[in-house]
Amino acid sequence: MAKEKKDIISRRSIIKAGVGLGALGLSSKTLLAKEANNKNLPPNVPEWTETLGDGVDVNPYGMPSEFESNVIRRNVEWLTASTESSVNFTPLQDLEGIVTPNGLCFERHHGGTAIINPVDYRLMINGLVDREMIFTLDDLKRFPQVNKFYFLECAANGGMEWKGSQLNGCQYTFGMVHNVQYTGVKLSDLIQETGLKNNAKWVLAEGSDSSGMTRSIPIEKIKDDCIIAWAMNGEALRPEQGYPIRLVVPGWEGNMWVKWLRRIEFGDKPYMTREETSKYTDLLSDGKARMFTWVMDAKSVITSPCPEKPVLQKGIHQIRGLAWSGRGKIKRVDVSLDGGKNWKTAQLHSPVLEKSLTRFTIPFEWNGEEILLQSRAIDETNYVQPTIKELQNIRGVNSIYHNNSIATWLISKNGKVDNVRLG
Amino acid sequence: MLDLGKYIIFSLLFIFFSISSFSETRKFNIGKIATKEEVAGWDIDIRPDGLGAPKGSGDALSGEEVYAERCASCHGDFGEGIDRWPELVGGSGTLSSHDPVKTTGSYWPYASTIYDYVYRSMPFGEAQSLTYDETYKIVAYLLNMNDIIDEDFILSNENIGKIKMPNRNGFLLPDPRPDVKNLNGNPCMKNCKTPTKIIGKARDIDVTPEDEKS
Repeated sequence: MAKEKKDIISRRSIIKAGVGLGALGLSSKTLLAKEANNKNLPPNVPEWTETLGDGVDVNPYGMPSEFESNVIRRNVEWLTASTESSVNFTPLQDLEGIVTPNGLCFERHHGGTAIINPVDYRLMINGLVDREMIFTLDDLKRFPQVNKFYFLECAANGGMEWKGSQLNGCQYTFGMVHNVQYTGVKLSDLIQETGLKNNAKWVLAEGSDSSGMTRSIPIEKIKDDCIIAWAMNGEALRPEQGYPIRLVVPGWEGNMWVKWLRRIEFGDKPYMTREETSKYTDLLSDGKARMFTWVMDAKSVITSPCPEKPVLQKGIHQIRGLAWSGRGKIKRVDVSLDGGKNWKTAQLHSPVLEKSLTRFTIPFEWNGEEILLQSRAIDETNYVQPTIKELQNIRGVNSIYHNNSIATWLISKNGKVDNVRLG
Repeated sequence: MLDLGKYIIFSLLFIFFSISSFSETRKFNIGKIATKEEVAGWDIDIRPDGLGAPKGSGDALSGEEVYAERCASCHGDFGEGIDRWPELVGGSGTLSSHDPVKTTGSYWPYASTIYDYVYRSMPFGEAQSLTYDETYKIVAYLLNMNDIIDEDFILSNENIGKIKMPNRNGFLLPDPRPDVKNLNGNPCMKNCKTPTKIIGKARDIDVTPEDEKS
């Protein structure tokens, strides 16, 4: 077993990619509901009916029910050298609809969370502009605003699964994605204030955290739909998501969505930063690597049942899942119960938005048999989510990034669910 | 007097048109103009061609001491990496192997990127505390450890854009995706030929941490 672990995992390649992967939250607490207290069941009157509850303002900022304490982000300690340069994972298996609650959006830091007093915040725009300028947070909020839902997915989401099934959980294999509504100003509006030189072709976005995160972005994308955002899901950005300002780069890999954004520089060439050369490049089997692979291709995941959500009884269940594409809207999702031999089309739930998570469901009757559960997304460009074999045949197994392949959950006769690889 | 009045009127008109034309280009009139000093303090990036490299220099011989003091506790005396901190040296010839080792020497395509990254974010937790010369020295030490420059080569803002890195031509552009077979939105729905034998289970690998029992 030890040898098998070593062969299949290749921890080093993952760690060198600056990627952390998390632990599975499959605990007895998660699996087993506590036994009901008969005193609270009909015909008896429950204890919470006979007494007063807390008054208003006991929790000035409301928190989830204490009974939902297992619905949390989780990381994998063994994967990275320090939590300041690491990642944790969104508990997709416990979420409904398409909105990720702010406190559950996965975190990826390269130098920890910067704590910035908004009065000290400044955004600088320099380089090939008519006027190099500085904006305060209040300045930015005076521009026309947009409110848009977008998914953010780390390019390394599923990165541990290139060589084989590694982590036994939906959270750890798909949880480097979240979906919130952003409020901010379009960069195309900010450019009207600074003006642009004709030879401005690239942007360097720079963070003010301890890593000084930097990425190059082509001017076409900046003019198209990039946003300087100060709010998520109706409230100020969370500190770990870039408070007070982050860059939003819809449909493109999460590393480009620079948090704690301090500077935007316009230039005539890409900057070739550490993140876009030594990391976030896709190493192929011949030793060459793809560079500037920004778009997140169509992908889907079944969030229930899944390894954290076993099937506890026979009969009708609702298969639930999420699908998304960096190239536009999700057009269709198919679900298979037999490992991809036969497929049925699932129901998409509104709203179906471009570059946003989309919820799908399909009913399923379980009679205690083995099931090989898969989902397959098709986006509005008619791109079909591929199998891992199709990706491996083209890119090898050292890629780490951009694994958007179909996953398989095995439902065993005892109702347990496993992440498995078919071949 | 009349001349002076005309002068004042013309001056006011000039100022007025100057401001109004300025207003037209600045649609919203929000924000302030950045001074050269403000920009200089934050504009720290440097490009592969050396653009932005601050005046300074250093060689590997003097870099060894700075590296030992500021870098070695995580990256090892010879760039071998301690615990899970990154290796910086070696890996040549491994990129197409089962276990590729991507270091500054084997993988990074530009020397400028090493300078840019070391200056902006290293040492870990003490970002932007190195001097320009210290940064050139550390980069020179790493380049020398990777057999890219000699130990007495003086790396500087003048020549950092001219260093040829071993993997300079190792990157492919543009992005060829979608790279899988185009099914035009119509994948197989019935009796599809696909392998359904289970060849691996994450449970058997057993690296998935469990929540602490409460």
